[in-house]
Amino acid sequence: MLTINNLKAAINGKVILKGISLEVKAGEIHALMGPNGSGKSTLAAILAGREFAEVLEGTVTYMGKNLLEMPAEERSREGIFLGFQYPIEIPGVSMVNFMKSAVNEHRKYKGLEPLSASDFLKLMREKKELVEIDSKLANRSVNEGFSGGEKKKNEIFQMAMLEPKLAILDETDSGLDIDALRIVANGVNKLRRPDTSAIVITHYQRLLDYIIPDVVHVLYDGRIVKTAGRELAIELEEKGYDWIKRDAEKNNSDE
Amino acid sequence: MEKEQNRILNDVTSGEYKYGFYSDIETEKIPKGLSEDVIRLISAKKEEPEWLLEFRLKAFRYWQTMKMPLWANLKIPEIDYQDIIYYAAPKPKKITGNIEEIDPDLKKTFDKLGIPLDEQQHLAGIAVDAIMDSVSVKTTFRETLAESGIIFCSFSDAVKEYPDLVRRYMGSVVPYTDNFFAALNSAVFSDGSFCYIPKGVRCPMELSTYFRINAANTGQFERTLLIADEESYVSYLEGCTAPMRDENQLHAAIVEIIAENHAEVKYSTVQNWYPGDKEGKGGIFNFVTKRGLCRGENSKISWTQVETGSAITWKYPSCILQGDNSTGEFYSVAVTNNHQQADTGTKMVHIGKNTKSTIVSKGISAGFSQNSYRGLVKVLKKASGARNFSQCDSLLLGDKCGAHTFPYLEVDNHTAIVEHEATTSKIGEDQIFYCNQRGISTEDAIGLIVNGYAKEVINKLPMEFAVEAQKLLQISLEGSVG
Amino acid sequence: MPKKITVMSNHSERSDKYIDIYRENIERISFSSSPYINSFREKAIAEFIKLGIPAKNNESYRYTNLDPFFKHEFKNYFMPGKQDFIRAEKFRCDVTDLDAHGIVLLNGFYPTINDKIRQLPGGVWIGSLNEASKIFDSHIEKHYGKYVNGNSDGLVHLNTALASGGVFIYVPAGAVLKKPVQIINLVESDEDIFNQHRNLVIVEKNADITLIICDHTLSPQKFLTNAVTEIYVGENSHFDIIRVQNEHNNAAKITHTFIHQEQNSHASSNNITLHGGLVRNSTHHYLGGEGAECFSYGLYLADKFQHVDNFVNVNHAYPNCTSNQLFKGVLDDMSTGVFNGRIYVNKGAQGTSAYQKNNNILLTDDAKMYTKPQLEIYADDVKCSHGATVGQLDNNALFYLQSRGISKHEARLMLMYGFAHEVIQNIRVEPLRERMDNLVMQRLKGELSRCASCMVKCG
Repeated sequence: MLTINNLKAAINGKVILKGISLEVKAGEIHALMGPNGSGKSTLAAILAGREFAEVLEGTVTYMGKNLLEMPAEERSREGIFLGFQYPIEIPGVSMVNFMKSAVNEHRKYKGLEPLSASDFLKLMREKKELVEIDSKLANRSVNEGFSGGEKKKNEIFQMAMLEPKLAILDETDSGLDIDALRIVANGVNKLRRPDTSAIVITHYQRLLDYIIPDVVHVLYDGRIVKTAGRELAIELEEKGYDWIKRDAEKNNSDE
Repeated sequence: MEKEQNRILNDVTSGEYKYGFYSDIETEKIPKGLSEDVIRLISAKKEEPEWLLEFRLKAFRYWQTMKMPLWANLKIPEIDYQDIIYYAAPKPKKITGNIEEIDPDLKKTFDKLGIPLDEQQHLAGIAVDAIMDSVSVKTTFRETLAESGIIFCSFSDAVKEYPDLVRRYMGSVVPYTDNFFAALNSAVFSDGSFCYIPKGVRCPMELSTYFRINAANTGQFERTLLIADEESYVSYLEGCTAPMRDENQLHAAIVEIIAENHAEVKYSTVQNWYPGDKEGKGGIFNFVTKRGLCRGENSKISWTQVETGSAITWKYPSCILQGDNSTGEFYSVAVTNNHQQADTGTKMVHIGKNTKSTIVSKGISAGFSQNSYRGLVKVLKKASGARNFSQCDSLLLGDKCGAHTFPYLEVDNHTAIVEHEATTSKIGEDQIFYCNQRGISTEDAIGLIVNGYAKEVINKLPMEFAVEAQKLLQISLEGSVG
Repeated sequence: MPKKITVMSNHSERSDKYIDIYRENIERISFSSSPYINSFREKAIAEFIKLGIPAKNNESYRYTNLDPFFKHEFKNYFMPGKQDFIRAEKFRCDVTDLDAHGIVLLNGFYPTINDKIRQLPGGVWIGSLNEASKIFDSHIEKHYGKYVNGNSDGLVHLNTALASGGVFIYVPAGAVLKKPVQIINLVESDEDIFNQHRNLVIVEKNADITLIICDHTLSPQKFLTNAVTEIYVGENSHFDIIRVQNEHNNAAKITHTFIHQEQNSHASSNNITLHGGLVRNSTHHYLGGEGAECFSYGLYLADKFQHVDNFVNVNHAYPNCTSNQLFKGVLDDMSTGVFNGRIYVNKGAQGTSAYQKNNNILLTDDAKMYTKPQLEIYADDVKCSHGATVGQLDNNALFYLQSRGISKHEARLMLMYGFAHEVIQNIRVEPLRERMDNLVMQRLKGELSRCASCMVKCG
């Protein structure tokens, strides 16, 4: 589904990603872990098409297409969903309007008619229940005045509405209490289908108790320094990141 | 609570201005009045070259066509410009062989002000140009600074010794046509400081000018010119005091700064001119034009001012951000008490690309005073990527004073981001109560809160000055709350 | 800011023309007005002679140049003919889908063909000011000319001297009008005209009314309007005024609205400028009793060479009042936006809460925004703040929308719409609020913002 090959990228001249290679197959869940500043969020943003980092080298192929050439909205319509670490507040734009535009743009892309108002509201209702989101939120402006937990639930709700093929969840667990975490994770699991994949970015193994990854990668200093199964996450939880850093630095000096 | 606060207010506002003494020094004065002849006389006394006299006369002729500006939120009594003495200089007691020797009475005066003119005695790391009335009395550490190529001397000496530099830069940032008081200053300025930091030099000590008005009925009109050549750095301080007198005295100065590529200038002022008495009698009219030109790329000019003195303040230290990526900063605390009036702020003109400016202004009004912030942020069409943030807060202590905010934001470029925020409030009774409950007296609580409020600005001052400024705040305000 | 004070040499010359018009037409001007209203004219013209037409050296007109309009030779300055009214009556504005009590004005004048004054439920009266003088003379004497008193804008006095017609609204104590009153003010003529009208609204205590004023130009001539509206809001009353401005690029609209509030009253003003060559709205709120509350809103969407200037003055004269200002603008092409907002807190007005916000988006390098939010505060127990920003659409928000599959173009529109909606959402009348949202959306899309059923292309 997604193949990243030797991706290097810089922000304001500073190289953040130093050669990332990664393959995500249909149906797989990959966890991306690593200490602060290792480049996790940068990678997520680049995949979603945010134009703040400069891609220096490498390729990203998604469903056989060159992902890096697509504008952000096209990636979305192609099925890539980014769950933001810090969802953006948009005053004055109601959730209903926002989602209606998004859903209908996706439908148009697929050659479908736009949903009627009643069908759309019905869809909203179904999905709201799925992620246990408060109905009132839908009448408010996008993320405005939402609590941290509400914002994250709102991200999952949007994911449910847009039914992506590849979901990239950027620290969706940060700032959530255990109940909210469970709701968010359940939402993700319910939305999972055999042909959909996800990249779950997280600091902690906690979320991975609920969303079981097939593969765990550790990103450090712009590189994937370790890839293994689920057990790696547990090991990290016990030992922290220091040993990874040490190993990585050792390898670096060996080079 | 209110009664208690009023009592404290009365107690504290009776505190005296501690720099209000007068030194009995023999002074050479010229007669009152202003005319071309007076200007010729000043120029002759200073043995000036012809070009400078021409400059003065041009400025004078222009000034005669101008009217005093009325837009400021100030009530300025009519000023009789013929009733002012435009030149006064302390007379040396006797001519000794050693020209560098200072009159002991003068030295005493500056000692009393806490500005020792002996280099050995002085706080390490600060060079002073001490100016009394119309002339520079002494510039310390001149020789030490000269070793790194830094020129730091009185303006008069600079005219004689570095005429090319003076001619090239004088009036290039503040032309004599700029405004009424700038024109007046250009016509009659007597002395001031001159400073040149050569390429690549980081000035090893703080430079400072100390202004003292001593003689009666005189105006003080000094000019400071500060040039920071490429990749240089200097931190400059300015302090001022005057004796207590019943008449108002006029102070109309000009400060010009030029920063070339990658140069940085930090200019700090602690202004403590005599503010007049409790009834608003006397005090200095402080009408000053200060402007810096960030001419070079990545240059930076930073103004910090703590304004506690003067009967009336009219002052807008500004930055012209011409070089790409240049930065302008303005940090100000302005305190007015009794019948003081202040209309002060800044002007940030964004010309170059990616220029940045920051304005932090903290006004504190007490007594019957009026305190206004007035600021202009102007982004020209070519200044893409310009960024400004302004924060202007006012604190009111008492219900008979006023606090006003007049920002002007003029934006002609769509990639610019300009933000202005302002708040006006009084010290919260809950804040005072919180302190009281922890055992702090109301008076101390107010001092604490006011200092906390002004901290962001005070912190920008060099250390020795910051301590002084903090004390000054306390003296000007302690307890004056309603 | 050191700046030379220069005296405009053409100052008197610019004003002379209008003094001549006054002198030559005084009989015609006063013909249909009551003696009481006429009694203001001499003093007003004297005041105008003193103040003149505001020039750039006038601090409150610093960024607005009136010359292109005031130097123009207009053909007509007075009441339109009967035929014109008949034509205007045929106009139907889309906003009239609103269930409202409608009045159609032509060039600011009340039609001579309909009832000149009529009564609405609850004892509310709407009609022509001149006609009302015959019935409500004591009310008019109590309020007319009181709230503009002491104003330093020469144009207000010019209006007092020259205006010969306008609307009168009377809401007696306790009256609650469920449906809003809608004034559709059409500007139409075969010649270039300068018109001045004068409105008076009296809302007595415990009453509630919403007033909507829609301005439209129906013919392409050059127009200049200088309108003054005085509003009295009695104790405990609730009053909303919404102004929707939709005029062509060759028209200048200058409005002066004075809202005087008594204690515990609530008033709001909302100026929505969708289109217009030169627009200047000055809104004066006077909080004249304890516990009064006022809201002043404005939204301006400008493009081409349009110029929109909002001047707001909120005067806290009594303790414990609240005021809130929110003005937002989107400026495209070569347009210019101006905001001049002032909060003035008098000595003794303790317990004041006053807020002000002005946010602007510049879409091109040729668009300009000048904003001057001001606080003048003479009392200490106050909570006052203001904020002003000039910037662009938020790139993070733009990306967020795009990442959900919304195109960049659509995302920009949504953000602008959301930006504008923060002002629109304060309109209490729901159908009007929805209508405004639609008009704003159409306007942002660059479609002409004329009402759908209107046959005149006023863009």
